[in-house]
Amino acid sequence: MIHSSASEMATALAKGEVTSVALTQLHLDRIASVDKDVHAFLHIDTEGALAQASAVDAKRAKGEKLSPLAGVPLALKDVLAQKGVPTTCGSKILEGWRPPYDSTVVANLKKNDIVILGKTNMDEFAMGSSTENSAYGPTHNPWDLSRIPGGSGGGSAASLAAFEAPLAIGTDTGGSIRQPAAVTGTVGVKPTYGGVSRYGLVAFSSSLDQAGPCARTVLDTALLHEAIAGHDPRDATSINAPVPQVVAAAKSGDVKGMKIGVVKELNGDGYQPGVRARFEESLELLAKAGAEIVEVSCPNFEYALAAYYLIAPSECSSNLARFDAMRYGLRVGDVDGASAEEVMNLTREVGFGREVKRRIILGTYALSSGYYDAYYGSAQKVRTLITQDFTSAFAKADVLVSPTCPTTAFKIGEKSNDPLAMYLNDIATIPVNMAGIGGMSLPSGLADEDGLPVGFQIMSPVMKDERMYSVGAALEAALLSKWGAPILSKAPALGGVA
Amino acid sequence: MSLTYEDVVSKYEPVLGLEVHVELNTNSKMFCGCSTTFGAEPNTQTCPVCLALPGALPVVNEKAIESTIKIGLALNCSIAPFSRFARKNYFYPDMPKNFQISQYDEPICVNGYVDVEIETDEGPKKFRVEVERVHMEEDTGKSLHVGGATGRIHGAEYSLLDYNRAGIPLVEIVTKIVPGTGKYAPEVAKAYVAELRDILRSLGVSDVKMEQGSLRCDANVSLRLIGAEKLGTRSETKNVNSLRSVERAVRGEMIRHAELLNKGERVVQETRHFQEESGLTRSGRSKEQAEDYRYFPEPDLVPVEPDAAWIEELRAQLPERPSVHRKRLQEEWSVPDKEMAAMINADLLDTVEATVILGSDPTKARSWWLGEISRIANEQNVSVKELAITPTDVAEIVALVAKGELTDKLARQVVEGVIAGEGKPAAVIAARGIKVVNDDSALMAAIEKACAEQPETADKVRNGHLPAAGALIGAIMKETKGQADAARVRELLLSFLGQA
Repeated sequence: MIHSSASEMATALAKGEVTSVALTQLHLDRIASVDKDVHAFLHIDTEGALAQASAVDAKRAKGEKLSPLAGVPLALKDVLAQKGVPTTCGSKILEGWRPPYDSTVVANLKKNDIVILGKTNMDEFAMGSSTENSAYGPTHNPWDLSRIPGGSGGGSAASLAAFEAPLAIGTDTGGSIRQPAAVTGTVGVKPTYGGVSRYGLVAFSSSLDQAGPCARTVLDTALLHEAIAGHDPRDATSINAPVPQVVAAAKSGDVKGMKIGVVKELNGDGYQPGVRARFEESLELLAKAGAEIVEVSCPNFEYALAAYYLIAPSECSSNLARFDAMRYGLRVGDVDGASAEEVMNLTREVGFGREVKRRIILGTYALSSGYYDAYYGSAQKVRTLITQDFTSAFAKADVLVSPTCPTTAFKIGEKSNDPLAMYLNDIATIPVNMAGIGGMSLPSGLADEDGLPVGFQIMSPVMKDERMYSVGAALEAALLSKWGAPILSKAPALGGVA
Repeated sequence: MSLTYEDVVSKYEPVLGLEVHVELNTNSKMFCGCSTTFGAEPNTQTCPVCLALPGALPVVNEKAIESTIKIGLALNCSIAPFSRFARKNYFYPDMPKNFQISQYDEPICVNGYVDVEIETDEGPKKFRVEVERVHMEEDTGKSLHVGGATGRIHGAEYSLLDYNRAGIPLVEIVTKIVPGTGKYAPEVAKAYVAELRDILRSLGVSDVKMEQGSLRCDANVSLRLIGAEKLGTRSETKNVNSLRSVERAVRGEMIRHAELLNKGERVVQETRHFQEESGLTRSGRSKEQAEDYRYFPEPDLVPVEPDAAWIEELRAQLPERPSVHRKRLQEEWSVPDKEMAAMINADLLDTVEATVILGSDPTKARSWWLGEISRIANEQNVSVKELAITPTDVAEIVALVAKGELTDKLARQVVEGVIAGEGKPAAVIAARGIKVVNDDSALMAAIEKACAEQPETADKVRNGHLPAAGALIGAIMKETKGQADAARVRELLLSFLGQA
């Protein structure tokens, strides 16, 4: 049962073939047996999950009308506030903090009776591409435990690939949903910025952060997308418009007559041969399914990474200022005679990890008087140019596509001391965040040279998220008939259990 | 060797700059739904947003934007079609986010002015104070530093934090530099703040209580030699909590600067704290090294782009300017300047006006509020507005006197009763059994009785010695417990004694 898709589980629940309590217990058992190897979870809320599951079962027994995913378990990235449940963002500085409120995403999950199993591991404050920056130890890629599961949402992606959960929530600031999906052979979507509320999502970079759905199939991802999306008056940047019809698009998977634009700049040099081979193969399958493949150019994408590493650290330097030991979280050095300033300094010294400090320093510098125009100001101009590149590209194509990342999963520790090499992993995902558009990654196969999953990225214009689901579903169907079984069936067994 | 003020202004020209912070009286905070009521238990008016819990997000209070636009319009500003909030980054325990959401280079209102009139040696003179900008921001929490000698964070044993005030909407009104006021700088500064306070009150956007901090003034002062072009170094005096203090602070700083300059020393660019008791300022934070607040546009909020039609709608709703309004009332009521000033100084103009609007004669209304009612307030050591008497009550009492149903003396008893909490005028009249005796037959009986008791006095009156009637009238009034109309008593008495 745990190897089924979320929609199959939902059907079984609806038919009474399984209860939510039983289904939840199966996943809790699976976590108990494999998570010591994978380390996808930071906190497992056994009691809360079973209570939620039993409430759904009771509602179903009474014949209440339930939402499509009611009773299906989910793994929640530890960056979203859940009332009463520890929320650490992978940081020591928030150790022990239990939010007194639910983020809007969590409130929407609860409203849809989706069972929250626990909180998943992540790079500290979502800063990283490997989950190695978690203060609580790295997460391991279920395809090869010596490799990274991507980041920052490595825990969420790994939980799906390890069959610890059929659904997960991630957040994506520069690729933190899509890159982990790519390297774990799962599906992840960064919705249009403003499509899902950020209220209760602990901010890394406010203008780039976006929560989104993760699953093992395009349809499951769409179902979860509709469950969490929608306007929220508590988030001023939330878009007040109907949620795109992504479930309908994922069900139809029709690409006939659609124009698919291949972004010239997001391919070629620096991309692993196996990644390029799978990308070309996917394009052929989409063409066969009736889409027209065109090439588009986005010349300003080459500056995207540099601009991103000014904007995101700038915003983070301000967003993370609130972690000062005054009202919640870690407090260090609060001894007789210590001033508030000393306590703040010491707590931040001890509480934040190296990458977080690096970015706070970078951002503080970029915003400083005298440097603002050269750094933050120029980066914002680049952002406008990238948005313009997308606008002209979308005039020629309905969606844009690229490999999700240049390589397959690298070894844990391989890039830990080379931040620039690490940053380059997000070169294809970052432009999407800069422009606030939607992006999806889905598996396009395994690289011949290392047998590891490769991701295919689909990008759609603002609030046209349904388009990436149409294309994703079409490609998924074509690949499935080619492979005969879902890609995760090729992953090695974990801890001696299948 | 202290300089006199005359010495200062004969050598130096003062240049003013005034920054006024106004707490808006919206029901909820600037970026969350928490209540803004003053004086609640510490930390009871807070939520994830104003406590800056991880993940919480601000949302702009529309009402605060409306109030700010009204202020901008009333100060003759242009309203920006596009403005933005920015983050002002600095660490302080009473600022939960460790940044303040404010407006920086894109404020909502710019380029306005306020005209003020002051008395000069050459008679009344008008000064124009130009307003550079009006912008929105949020207040910080309140710190209470316990155990130190100074009440400041340094040296304190511990500090208490109250976040009830964190996130209260603030509007900051910044003037351009104000040169050319010469020796009248202190008066101009005071008149500007007073006019601003009146304008804000007329708009109904703030309580404008300086003593409670809902209107706070920072006075920037610099001196330059008369005729010099280059501006001198300024000091910024904070904590100026009354109109009188504004005047005193400016004057005091002018003298302090001049003393330094005369000694060949330089003025340090710094904030200074005004001390109410001494009227002097003490040194605060140095501003020699400009603080780097690392401003950048607030990414959690969208730009403010007010609809042009809405702005025009707000413009059309603007009340009459307080100074114009005062002139009009003075004319309509034909009040002498001195009386008008008395009403304004007593802060009773609006009360008198409300009474007049309810039908009272302006002179009568004025005389009640500034006379008897102010006297009682003085006696009780409270402000007139704290008394339990309203313009409606006074208008009713004035009407009863006009109809002859109350005498002035009885009316005073009614006023007293209303203030004592005995109820509305009608209730006081009923409860105390107050009524004018205007039944002539009852009066005639009292007259006859008085004349019988004082036959000699009555004869004097009969013989044309009219002043003698006073003693008889006194007796009659006593007999009728003061409830008779004295004029009517006199009329009837004289006719009874053949003198009418």
